[in-house]
Amino acid sequence: MWKPEPSLADLQYLVEKAGLTRDALLSAYRQMCLIRHFEETIADRYYIGKTPEFNMAAGPIRGEMHLAVGQEAVAVGVCSLLEAEDVVVSTHRPHHHALAKGVDPSKLAAEIFGKQTGLCRGKGGHMHLFDKEKNFSCSGIVGASFPQAAGAAFAFRQRGQRNVAVAFSGEGAANHGTFTETLNAAVLWQLPLIIVVEDNMYADSTPKWAALSQPHQFQRALGYNVPAYLVDGMDVIDVYRAARAAIQRAREGQGPALIEAVCYRYRGHFEGDAEEYRTKEEVELWRALDPIPRLGNRLKKLGWADDATLEALRAEAQRAVEQAVAFAEQSPLPDPAEALTGVFR
Amino acid sequence: MRTMKGIAFAIAEAIDQEMAERQDIVVLGEDVTYWGAVFGFTMGLHQKYGRDRVVDTPITEQTFFGMAVGAAAVGMHPVVSLMFVDFLGAGFDQMYNHMAKNHYMSGGQFAMPVTVLTAIGGGYGDAEQHSQVLYGLFAHVPGFKVVVPSTAYDAKGLTISALRDQNPVVIFGHKLLTGLPFLPFEGEEEEVPEERYTVEFGKAAVRREGSDLTMVSAGLMVHRCLRAAERLAQDGVAAEVIDVRTLVPLDADTLVASARKTGRVLIVDEDYRSYGMTGELAFRIQEGAFDALKSPIRRLAVPDVPIPFSEPLERAVIPSVDRIYEEARALVGAPARTA
Repeated sequence: MWKPEPSLADLQYLVEKAGLTRDALLSAYRQMCLIRHFEETIADRYYIGKTPEFNMAAGPIRGEMHLAVGQEAVAVGVCSLLEAEDVVVSTHRPHHHALAKGVDPSKLAAEIFGKQTGLCRGKGGHMHLFDKEKNFSCSGIVGASFPQAAGAAFAFRQRGQRNVAVAFSGEGAANHGTFTETLNAAVLWQLPLIIVVEDNMYADSTPKWAALSQPHQFQRALGYNVPAYLVDGMDVIDVYRAARAAIQRAREGQGPALIEAVCYRYRGHFEGDAEEYRTKEEVELWRALDPIPRLGNRLKKLGWADDATLEALRAEAQRAVEQAVAFAEQSPLPDPAEALTGVFR
Repeated sequence: MRTMKGIAFAIAEAIDQEMAERQDIVVLGEDVTYWGAVFGFTMGLHQKYGRDRVVDTPITEQTFFGMAVGAAAVGMHPVVSLMFVDFLGAGFDQMYNHMAKNHYMSGGQFAMPVTVLTAIGGGYGDAEQHSQVLYGLFAHVPGFKVVVPSTAYDAKGLTISALRDQNPVVIFGHKLLTGLPFLPFEGEEEEVPEERYTVEFGKAAVRREGSDLTMVSAGLMVHRCLRAAERLAQDGVAAEVIDVRTLVPLDADTLVASARKTGRVLIVDEDYRSYGMTGELAFRIQEGAFDALKSPIRRLAVPDVPIPFSEPLERAVIPSVDRIYEEARALVGAPARTA
């Protein structure tokens, strides 16, 4: 989403209006670097044993892999405003949301590697991540996040809690019946629910023009009288501003909101995706909007960081990822007998 | 002690008595207020607890079952009505892919205490999309407890057990056992304690003792087996009738013990015949009683066709007292296997 890059004075105005401090923005930068390094390191390990011939079952990480490189700003912009008891329900592309919600990178990586020390002791894997302590869950089924987050929001409203629930989805999921069904229910019961649609332009391989009757999903929300925000998902400040307003409303009992964040995934839908549906030039075009250098440049413009500070944050994030992945790699695999436990409590 | 006609009021009373003491229970579903979920399972609750705790939902099964998953994940115990089990197709993803799996997938982190109430069965002319039983589908997927009450006493006790369970429990209430005035009633009016009590899951009930054959069934079919057993008794044939009560967990021990005693087994089911309860029970019984069986296990079930509308057609597919009696006679008349 091309838009004018703010001047220093305008940037200062925007940041102040969003309630963002230097610390908050530096923390966002570090978190986005953490996610970026995490995803790229997972990709690196994922291809072990999968080259030259791609075999999904081979190597230390088995199965499908959906990475969120490029979409970091959406997760960080929203989740940095959440409290521990707020609920996040994510999708088949869940790592950025998990990390932004505070899930331990080591337990997350270990789960992706199918290890005993993983979040779910190796039972869930990359598309089925759960962290009770952080109130985080996800589902590999498209469209499943909306009603589940609404259910948590329903419980919060019922108990008079000031918490909110956030459902993340892609733009493709906006075609699922659960999307409109949940919008209707959320308005009906004034639920503290925030739906965040990450519009990364493609539902798997299907470009949005081929599957969506309208280019923007916030229009659908408006049809249900749900306040909706169209934001630049490659700009963490933009995401943060909308999320702050939406979350504040929800906490105050004013009901649901929707945030449509236009963004882009730099990698395929899944690893191994030949990406016949888009050109390399298109991907490169979006690199100009990469949310991480974009925030870095603004931090420098604001005089809140210099290159050395940014590099230190990046290096810190990289170390954290290396530690997490090393923990995962060194952890034991689960005992096969565990497969037969835990269906019922 | 006061008597009660049918399972509907028993289930509603169980929910009422638990709701009175517990704030975590909410009731969700279509028509759960004025109409008591149509088949009476939630009748009287909204007058007492109000619309905030007894919530009429839009006709959106996948959404209100998904909401139950989300609410259970943060400590509520939703009671969710699936008005007719035939409507599961509109919401099954949230049930079998999430509700039933989240505890396992999360490595035991997220309990899923949800009680699902659903109405099953035919015999009153509601045809293909409103007469099915389908508990075999739920029993097939790991993660659901499958409860099929046949009496008001059991219905109340099993429902209270469900409301205290940390897992998804689906209660399949047969429409012809509800005791509601607009439907035929094939159960018995019986004594039901006013106080709260539980009936444990995984314990089959021997409804009638006998030595010549064992009839195993669930729900409405238990009553039809009992009526067939009375006619068999007039012929001098002593039939044992077992009510499995819960398909999951299943009390195979009681089935095997009875099969070993009588040597002859007839399984009667209102679900579709193939790949369902009859096959599973037959497998479990032969596993533990093969050497004691005098002849092959027999079964009566819906013969792998949808439930047709017209009365003679419907009667032709749902096991009746006559058909159960005839099948039982054929079973006891079959020559005993020689070793």
